[in-house]
Amino acid sequence: MTVEDLQELAEKEQQRQQQFKHRLLYCSAAGCVSCGSNATRETLKKVLQETGLENVCEVVGTGCMGLCGEGPLLKVEPDDTLYQRVDEAAARKIIEHHIVQRKTVTDNLVDTSSPFFSSQQKIVLENCGRINAESIEEYIAIGGYDALAKAVTELQAGEVIEEVRKSGLRGRGGAGYPTGLKWGIVRKAKSETKYVVCNADEGDPGAFMDRSVLEGDPHRILEGMAIAGYAVGAGQGFIYIRAEYPLAIERLKLAIKQAERLGLLGNRIFESQFNFRIDLRIGAGAFVCGEETALIRSIEGKRGRPRPRPPYPSEKGLWGMPTLINNVETYANIPPILTHGSAWFAGIGTPKSAGTKVFALAGKIRNTGLIEVPMGIPLRRIIFDIGGGTPEGTEFKAAQTGGPSGGCIPREHLDLPVDYESLSTVGSIMGSGGLIVMDSTSQMVEVAKYFMDFCKDESCGKCIPCRVGTVHIHGLLDKISKGMGTADDLSLLEELCQMVKETSLCGLGQSAPNPVLSTLRFFRNEYEELLKEPEGFVPSTTGHEKGTHSS
Amino acid sequence: MLVAAPLPVLTPVLHRHLYDRSPDEHMTPTTAKSSHPSGDNRFKLLDRVITKHHAQGDALIEVLHAAQGIFGFLENDLLIYVARALKLPLSRVYGVATFYHFFTLKPKGKHTFVLCTGTACYVKGASGIQKAVEHQCKTTFGETTPDKNISLISARCVGSCGLAPVAVLDDAVAGKLTAESALHHIRDWQEHQEEATV
Repeated sequence: MTVEDLQELAEKEQQRQQQFKHRLLYCSAAGCVSCGSNATRETLKKVLQETGLENVCEVVGTGCMGLCGEGPLLKVEPDDTLYQRVDEAAARKIIEHHIVQRKTVTDNLVDTSSPFFSSQQKIVLENCGRINAESIEEYIAIGGYDALAKAVTELQAGEVIEEVRKSGLRGRGGAGYPTGLKWGIVRKAKSETKYVVCNADEGDPGAFMDRSVLEGDPHRILEGMAIAGYAVGAGQGFIYIRAEYPLAIERLKLAIKQAERLGLLGNRIFESQFNFRIDLRIGAGAFVCGEETALIRSIEGKRGRPRPRPPYPSEKGLWGMPTLINNVETYANIPPILTHGSAWFAGIGTPKSAGTKVFALAGKIRNTGLIEVPMGIPLRRIIFDIGGGTPEGTEFKAAQTGGPSGGCIPREHLDLPVDYESLSTVGSIMGSGGLIVMDSTSQMVEVAKYFMDFCKDESCGKCIPCRVGTVHIHGLLDKISKGMGTADDLSLLEELCQMVKETSLCGLGQSAPNPVLSTLRFFRNEYEELLKEPEGFVPSTTGHEKGTHSS
Repeated sequence: MLVAAPLPVLTPVLHRHLYDRSPDEHMTPTTAKSSHPSGDNRFKLLDRVITKHHAQGDALIEVLHAAQGIFGFLENDLLIYVARALKLPLSRVYGVATFYHFFTLKPKGKHTFVLCTGTACYVKGASGIQKAVEHQCKTTFGETTPDKNISLISARCVGSCGLAPVAVLDDAVAGKLTAESALHHIRDWQEHQEEATV
């Protein structure tokens, strides 16, 4: 494969697509599949055959189109018309009316000028919902693997790193470490063998961004990893993916095979000296494996237990070799940075947090689904403009970001810009991108207990503060939520949270108390209302009764 | 293991290794077909996976995934087999098998009801469904009904948060679930079980 061959493939595929008058893009991501998009596809194909239109219209399965709560979704190209809830009857109607009679089907029409669509800016998700996720040709036709070609044939490894550094891209896994800096460290590490790892162990409950990218645009990740491999001098990459995502695993396997067949992975990529292979490693359901040192252990076939850092994986990682570990979304940002240049990327978002961020909107919100917004956008716009606010009759109470490591952001901080620094000022974190909206029916002590229950189960048990601390924090929360706690318990809870936060070995324990601390900070009254009065206290007549606040 | 070049098939070596350690088992015509003294041909499938990974200890998790896929669950005998094949201490194999949630050492029921307990599902009332289902099945999540018909499993997050609350019923994702719709499925399974036993 040469750059010219790639160009030729792209043109050939574009010509093939132009044969069709219409392309019917149906969402084949896990969300829409569970709403029955496979049945929609079959109906579309059947009706096209019946009407003799199968050579005029192409039915294409794509990645996530974003509006997951209203699936199955269908987009008719080139008209750019999006339909929601396309069941078998609606699919038939769309072909009969839209394709044959050129009339829009108003019942299922989605208003794409609404803020849900217009407030978004897509970089990572630009191909999701646009191309066939299982076709490397379609990816190449819209400029796929151009960035890899440019890196390998035109740029020195140092220049690639410099470009990434200048773009201001920061790790999208949650901590926000500057990506260019990390690449530079791995590049400088002296070793014959180096590895590139993609962390696709999206363990945060309520987060499905990485899954959607992997299902909708797998080649983007392979390309990003190959560029990283070229930049740091690695010949082997691993994608560590959750076993809970069977569709993403299947698509990645297929994508790797396709890329190897075309010589875009393997030996002498673009006829250069650069060799790069990618293998999949399937996780087995351990939240702690999202932590990089635990993830390394797991790839090595061991129990996923973290170890103290330093040495960081960029010096001593997989099998003791320098290893670059980045998140899915980070790799997905690499090809556009190389194609459009670092200045373009740095111009999006805020000076300290460049680019966009993908969020998975869920919980008590009208428009659930996947969105991508520029960094620095106020939380209010995400929840009320894009998300459409809470369903009728309920009131917004808090937004939870960062999963079990994050915190709850109350109403008074809704105007907070969403970037790494601002979120940490209110005790939350950017996290990987789960954003769960809660309304007045959610009791914050219960929410804190829910997350602590998660952390206590997921603690690997290596260090004592996390193993024992989380159990005791959970016990105290349970006691308080049942109306049995006292003021002493509350202060003990706070003290314990601080201790676990400061003394745990890895990120899991260090951030496990965050949901408790942030709810204590903003919703302390809910804790205090549940406290039992001390012995001998005579409650006033207006006071609440004891022990009625059981869960 | 990083080199994609094919290595010689290791299964014959594996046989010897296995039989050296279990002198009670003799090679009979039936066992010659399979690499396991029981003659169970499923072990041949597993051997293929082990060979693909060049019997490297690093591939333990991949091999356990395959073993669970083939046998349904990881019984002790299977763990011993894997440990010998990969030349790992049994303690390490057992440690890994019990560390990860995905691996199960108990057989599953005929049907599985996997309830997502992720944050979005929690906020949308998964706990109500959990209680209703537990009551109907007269068992708790993490267990299988005594008649081996239904296994109740709770998942951290299946990633279909837009459709919360979600459950995976025998590998089919059911979104926007209510206690009634969940019970409907459970009753359906229970009734068909009764028919089968009559």
